[in-house]
Amino acid sequence: MAAHNPQLGPDGELRHLLSIEGLPRATLMQILDTARSFVSVTEREIKKVPLLRGKSVFNLFFESSTRTRTTFEIAAKRLSADVVNLNIATSSQSKGETLLDTVANLSAMHADMFVVRHASSGAPHLIARHVGPEIHVINAGDGRHAHPTQGLLDVYTIRHYKPEFSNLTVAIVGDLLHSRVARSEIHALTTLGVPEVRVVGPRTLMPPDIEKLGVRVFHDMNEGLRGVDVVMMLRLQNERMNGALLPSSQEYFRSYGLTPARLALAKPDAIVMHPGPMNRGVEIDSEVADGPQSVILPQVTFGIAVRMAVMAILAGNG
Amino acid sequence: MKLHIRSGRLVDPTLGTDAVADLFIADGLIAAVGAPPPGFVADRVIDAAGHVVCPGLVDLSVRLREPGFEFRATLDSELAAAVSGGITRIVCPPDTDPPLDEPGLVEMLSRRAASLALARVHPLGALTHGLGGERLTGMVELSEAGCVGFSQGDAPLSDQQVLMRAMAYASTFDLPVWLRPQEESLARGGVAHDGEVATRLGLPGIPAVAETVALAGILLLARATGVRVHICRLSTAEGVEMVRRARADGMRLTCDVSALHVHLSEMDIGYFDARCRLSPPLRSGRDRAALARGLQDGTIDAMCSDHTPVDDDGKQVPFAEAATGATGIETLLSLALRAGEGGSLAQALAPVTTGPSRALGLPAPTLAPGAIADLCIFDPDHWWKPSPAALVSSGKSTPFADYELRGRTVHTIIDGRPVFDAGTRA
Repeated sequence: MAAHNPQLGPDGELRHLLSIEGLPRATLMQILDTARSFVSVTEREIKKVPLLRGKSVFNLFFESSTRTRTTFEIAAKRLSADVVNLNIATSSQSKGETLLDTVANLSAMHADMFVVRHASSGAPHLIARHVGPEIHVINAGDGRHAHPTQGLLDVYTIRHYKPEFSNLTVAIVGDLLHSRVARSEIHALTTLGVPEVRVVGPRTLMPPDIEKLGVRVFHDMNEGLRGVDVVMMLRLQNERMNGALLPSSQEYFRSYGLTPARLALAKPDAIVMHPGPMNRGVEIDSEVADGPQSVILPQVTFGIAVRMAVMAILAGNG
Repeated sequence: MKLHIRSGRLVDPTLGTDAVADLFIADGLIAAVGAPPPGFVADRVIDAAGHVVCPGLVDLSVRLREPGFEFRATLDSELAAAVSGGITRIVCPPDTDPPLDEPGLVEMLSRRAASLALARVHPLGALTHGLGGERLTGMVELSEAGCVGFSQGDAPLSDQQVLMRAMAYASTFDLPVWLRPQEESLARGGVAHDGEVATRLGLPGIPAVAETVALAGILLLARATGVRVHICRLSTAEGVEMVRRARADGMRLTCDVSALHVHLSEMDIGYFDARCRLSPPLRSGRDRAALARGLQDGTIDAMCSDHTPVDDDGKQVPFAEAATGATGIETLLSLALRAGEGGSLAQALAPVTTGPSRALGLPAPTLAPGAIADLCIFDPDHWWKPSPAALVSSGKSTPFADYELRGRTVHTIIDGRPVFDAGTRA
């Protein structure tokens, strides 16, 4: 039985942002266009607009992440919302309270928006199914499933440098198996009409049937980078570096590290992206990370505008 | 007690017959079909006009949750659920707490079941002590206490030497072993079939080879030791093919599949539907089709419910953290009819009557005079939804909750005695 897309309301409006998959192209474009208007806000002397005045945004981080939590906090504050940060990884969950009990308690405090980070894929879906109709849920990363605002800020960044999606070739390189970022990037790129999305990595880090998401699979990085417009690097988690998935970080860098020589195989004006935090010398050479083709810091700046856009659109949808 | 079942449509999956006739029962046996035996005076007449009368269903995997998990279900609740689903005989795996590894535990369970006088219960004994995979249990004593076979339930047995010795020991006494093929080291950490859906949803996968690697080992060891083996809960197309080849080679084996895997695939997980968190995981559409075909061509003997009562809290968590399993004892009949659509009713009922009886080494269930009067009488045109309120079992979680299912039990008769009447259904 095909269930109704839980992110969309009866008229197709965005109720929650849980995943990029299944969102219409028009919704993604609306978010990107709205974000563009907020970039100018973040560059002003007074970086605040009153769109979420009187609203409460709860950051529910069941898995710690200072970076992502901070960008959501800044985004909410620039929209004039009240922000409550809950680091639940160290509080009620360890006291045995269930996820849904925690959410019910916070709902009773009249939250308007939950920003959820959780180690289990699908946790934001579960929360979205159980909150009242007045509460919006934003997925800030769940397991290996999705990190939709990261995917959106990545396509925002691409669009900033390469305005026309329909003639791009994009390569996503690294640990696809464990990456929620990669999944969101793939869905965002294919929905926006990028004709060729490549994924590059060893077989141990490539999930089965990934080509069914509309990507071309490469195991040879030189082949995968040849002629691309955009190189999106993924972070390799420390715990995967020495074990049955990969022999060592040095060996990984030898085959899949982004060096100046490898980058030279891409188009001369290709841009290099990374969701951060970077492992210099493991997935990316410092010379590339700090080089002229790197747009890694602009990604962070745009990330705030994109998160503001998502919150503003959700609040506007009642 | 003498029963007269009037004008029912008698479907006999053993004889392959299907005709409207009266059925007469006396002293726990079928006494006559058509005309009553001389001097027959019924204590009760059951009007079965428009209803199907068939041998009672046999379910090869029902977790009764007793002893140890009474907060999830009890013998009382689950055996009442069984007979309300037309099931007259069940096999229960040994994965209780403590596991069924001592004759005393088995005798207690059998005594409790007998005192309820509902469905017949056949326990499987633990193959190893505490299901720990190290020390053999006293299989001879356990079989004398009533165990019909020996199993690890879903617990892994990774030591091939122990498995081989357990098989050799069981084969000495011609005791069957019931094994679910899953190589633990390949399944470790996984929560869904390692395919497209797991990739989309970011769920750790259990590859099909976790089943086939284990199955290959079981088949080779069974051949080497000569043990009678029953393969539980096949889930992959390759697994069905391996069983088909083994049978063609003349191996003595039987096997089953759960109704869940005959009807559902990984796609049914949808947006992280925790009701579809099952073990083995729901696999691809190709696997599902191969299982259905295996059931039709007889490669797979039986379809079981793999009934596993799970409390609500166990499913109200993110998918990967959810308890595995679904309630199923009350939907088995409807799902057998659904799987058999397009064929005869006798064929549709075979995987829940004659097939599982064969796996148990019991005589083929029939409606012929002299047979044991374990019967299911059901209304084939009754449509219903297995919503929580409609279920007797303590387990309410089923992926079929929103399905319109056809066929519902009206009476269940065991040993010639009515044990369930739909009139009592809430």
